[in-house]
Amino acid sequence: MRKLAIILTILFASSLSGCGYNTFQTNDEAIKASWAEVLNQYKRRADLVPNLVQVVQGYASHEKNVLTEVTNARASVGGINATPELVNNPEAFAKFQQAQSQLSGALSRLLVVSENYPQLKADANFRDLQAQLEGTENRIAVARNRYIKSVQEYNVTVRSFPSNLTAMVLGYKAKPNFTVENEKEIATPPKVEFGLTPAKPQGEAQGTAK
Amino acid sequence: MNTVRAAFLAGALCWSFIAGAQIAVPPLTGRVTDQTATLSAEQKASLEQTLTAFEGRKGSQLAVLLVSTTAPETIEQYALRVAEQWKLGRKKVDDGAILVIAKADRALRIEVGYGLEGALNDTTSKRIISEVITPSLKQGDFYGGITAGVDQIIRVIDGEPLPAPSRMSAGNTADISQYVPIIFMLALVIGGVLRSVMGRVPGALVTGGAVAAVAWFFAGAVSIALGAGVIALLFTLLSGGMGGFYGGHGRGGFGGGGGFGGGGGGFGGGGASGRF
Repeated sequence: MRKLAIILTILFASSLSGCGYNTFQTNDEAIKASWAEVLNQYKRRADLVPNLVQVVQGYASHEKNVLTEVTNARASVGGINATPELVNNPEAFAKFQQAQSQLSGALSRLLVVSENYPQLKADANFRDLQAQLEGTENRIAVARNRYIKSVQEYNVTVRSFPSNLTAMVLGYKAKPNFTVENEKEIATPPKVEFGLTPAKPQGEAQGTAK
Repeated sequence: MNTVRAAFLAGALCWSFIAGAQIAVPPLTGRVTDQTATLSAEQKASLEQTLTAFEGRKGSQLAVLLVSTTAPETIEQYALRVAEQWKLGRKKVDDGAILVIAKADRALRIEVGYGLEGALNDTTSKRIISEVITPSLKQGDFYGGITAGVDQIIRVIDGEPLPAPSRMSAGNTADISQYVPIIFMLALVIGGVLRSVMGRVPGALVTGGAVAAVAWFFAGAVSIALGAGVIALLFTLLSGGMGGFYGGHGRGGFGGGGGFGGGGGGFGGGGASGRF
């Protein structure tokens, strides 16, 4: 009798791994980890903003529009309580994404404006902050990419046979992924103009679409 | 079933197109990879020497890669793919860094592993690029720019406390503990058979000798071989009759015949890029 129970337990456990239960757990943890990294990098960017605004203000205080835009975007990003559970709520997820892309846009406008102030551009502090911002935008892009990949893996498991049966029984749903917000902008090739405007700062649009 | 197959095929085709559009990451053959034939053989050798000496002293793995272009990707995307494939830096320490120069794009990037992000942070990387490397590159002096940049990177990493380099990375002596699981497997399988054929003591002696020979063959050190043999001898002598246990032990971690390979370091997009 006892032997039979043990055999049944083993069979049950192995059938669990056969129908993808363990894959779900592994993928779910991978998503959590990569999402935490995304949040981490967004936080890093948000932390940079006050210093950046302060430095720009010192040289270009009358660029009020851009500066307040950045400050407001930063405030709305900070207002969202970015918990790990955000991933499971498509609405909150979309809101979070929108706030972050707003900040991306405001920051890139700030950098464009700062091109008009040679003294600001020569400021060592500003250059350091710009390098950090560029690096952080790149890290955000990397973190988003890795998150996209892990969600993709999870969603494939949710939708493919036989693990989709497990998903149905346990109520696992496909998770929302990052989408490209400015599809049209990307589809149009960049214009090349000679001698009209000063060169734009590098890497300004890196974080928005990958 | 047919639709599933068709869909799969279509998906595979799409992916192969996407994959085909990217520039392939060159295989990691040395610390300096020059696909543009910019550096002379002596320059390459001396750079290699600098980087090898640094790895021996500090443990960090640095590499230099010159390509013509990274299009259609940006240099950031390409450099990260290179980093993910090469896996420079020691595992868990993640102390690798790569200097990528795309000659035709006139772009360069220092890609920094997680473990070096403290010392070689974005600001420092950017400064090295714009103040040390770029001025030389602008004048077409690639060797001068790369050596000056590498020297500066080495100086920065030297200021960072990292775990001491283990002798494993130099690739001469191996620790016996690494081979213990394999020794046990060998002793178990060979010993089990020989014991039943020859009896306890002769079987154990032969097993010990065989394991020692195998260990000597793989590890190349007599001390390790002798140790392995003694362990196998005792194991076979003392173990009970464990017949029919053939574990499916996978391929062991041998290989590495003196070449250069990444240690398994992780990268997360740290570093800085610039143009010249």
